[in-house]
Amino acid sequence: MDGQYSEKVMEHFRNPRNVGEIADADGIGNVGNPVCGDIMRLYIKVDPANEVITDAKFKTFGCGAAIATSSMVTELVKGKTIQEALKVSNHAVAEALGGLPKVKMHCSILAEQALTGAINDYLKKHGKPIIDKKFKDGHEPR
Amino acid sequence: MRKVYLDNNATTRMREEVFDAMLPFCKDVYGNASSIHQFGRPARVAVDKARQLVAGLLGASSPEEIIFTSGGTESDNFAIKGVAHALAGKGNHIITSAIEHSAVLNASRALEKDGYKVTYLPVDGYGFINLDDLKSAITDKTVLISIMYANNEVGTIEPIREIGAIAKERGIYFHTDAVQAVGKAVFAVKGLPVDLVSMSAHKIYGPKGVGAIYIKKGTRIDAIMHGGHHEMNKRAGTENVPGLIGLGKAAELSGKEAPEEIVRLRKMRDYLCKGIASKIAHTRINGDPDRTLPNTANIGFKYLEGESIMLNLDMEGIAVSTGSACTSGTLEPSHVLTAMGIDAADAQGSIRFSLGRDNTKEDMDYVLEILPPIIQRLRDMSPLYEK
Repeated sequence: MDGQYSEKVMEHFRNPRNVGEIADADGIGNVGNPVCGDIMRLYIKVDPANEVITDAKFKTFGCGAAIATSSMVTELVKGKTIQEALKVSNHAVAEALGGLPKVKMHCSILAEQALTGAINDYLKKHGKPIIDKKFKDGHEPR
Repeated sequence: MRKVYLDNNATTRMREEVFDAMLPFCKDVYGNASSIHQFGRPARVAVDKARQLVAGLLGASSPEEIIFTSGGTESDNFAIKGVAHALAGKGNHIITSAIEHSAVLNASRALEKDGYKVTYLPVDGYGFINLDDLKSAITDKTVLISIMYANNEVGTIEPIREIGAIAKERGIYFHTDAVQAVGKAVFAVKGLPVDLVSMSAHKIYGPKGVGAIYIKKGTRIDAIMHGGHHEMNKRAGTENVPGLIGLGKAAELSGKEAPEEIVRLRKMRDYLCKGIASKIAHTRINGDPDRTLPNTANIGFKYLEGESIMLNLDMEGIAVSTGSACTSGTLEPSHVLTAMGIDAADAQGSIRFSLGRDNTKEDMDYVLEILPPIIQRLRDMSPLYEK
């Protein structure tokens, strides 16, 4: 039913994976604003030898979907190279959660933006060109 | 698992006595109340009695001042559009407030599309309108003032007597949406300068889909529902007999029990508020602590978003609602809290606890046991929270 959360969303909301901060993160992505009701901060640890994301953590202010998408995106990108991680779309996050209510799809966009932000932060620090992704109905990175 | 329903401003559980009163009218007494044969007559008698009971609860001087409707939304629409249409020759201006229920706000917006002018009065940090603002908003074209008796989200009770006096002095009709106030605030139209009052059955332990509007004798109003001669030509449509009987019974019981119940609810609500304030840091009460509904507590939890709190409480059997309209499909914070000048982040983290007759002090203790660890866990997850 539209407007209701899937089992998987509720499961990730109840037991979110990878909550917290990474003190020596290689990249941090910050997106959202309180007017819309969600703020996501995503931390990644990257192995410079092979550019594999070895760890990902998040802190999120937001609704059930915001917390569940944060949790899922960190799960999806751990172990992936940053190139692979950049291919993780908001739809992939939503799909992995068994779908999201229509009005909550922006949370999955937020998750993709936070991830892109964290990767760009890493790339910038390493003097590499950043990725210019266009987002529909999302939020401007902060 | 213990179940604690603290969303009584959204709706209430129908009382057994109400259900029992309605049942014969769902089955045996099925005649149309407008039919004068033996099947219709008992329905008519029962509807008339229900009208008397509602008139009694509202303190109307005659049952003819009570018109049955399908609920609070229809009553609000009827008051606003009905008066505006009837007085179209006199003027086209309506005054209401920024914190009204969407039934009043959207009925007013609908009139704006038809060329009417509407003033939405601002409110202060507690949710009160300013009487000087009201006075200066009145023009020669003003035909109606519609200000809610008590706000559904924060509970603030508006200065109805003063507003009514201003309206009366200027010869302007005054409508008040009393859907939340009936049964929770000492309420009687007798001696109160109001011309129209909306109420709903399901907020006072009656059935859903039925309500009433008090229309003071002599008030000019056009029907918005056209058809037969029902409800003294003011509201067409075959009477919802079982519903009206339920409303009548709920009104009767409310009138008898409200004075004591109000005291009990206030005590319990204050106990909950004090408990939350002492057990959880960084909270605030939204609304006025004194001039407020006895059953309503709207509390802001800093650094958090309301839905995540609401869902966590739901998992523990506690039903509340968010101050934010997030769940209803929009992402903006509550229009009420925003109008009160509460910043967006704080508005997002607001929860409404609305108590009712089924609640006990043990329910409050359960909330006070369950809530603090939920808040802490969510704050530990929030990027806005610094220990």
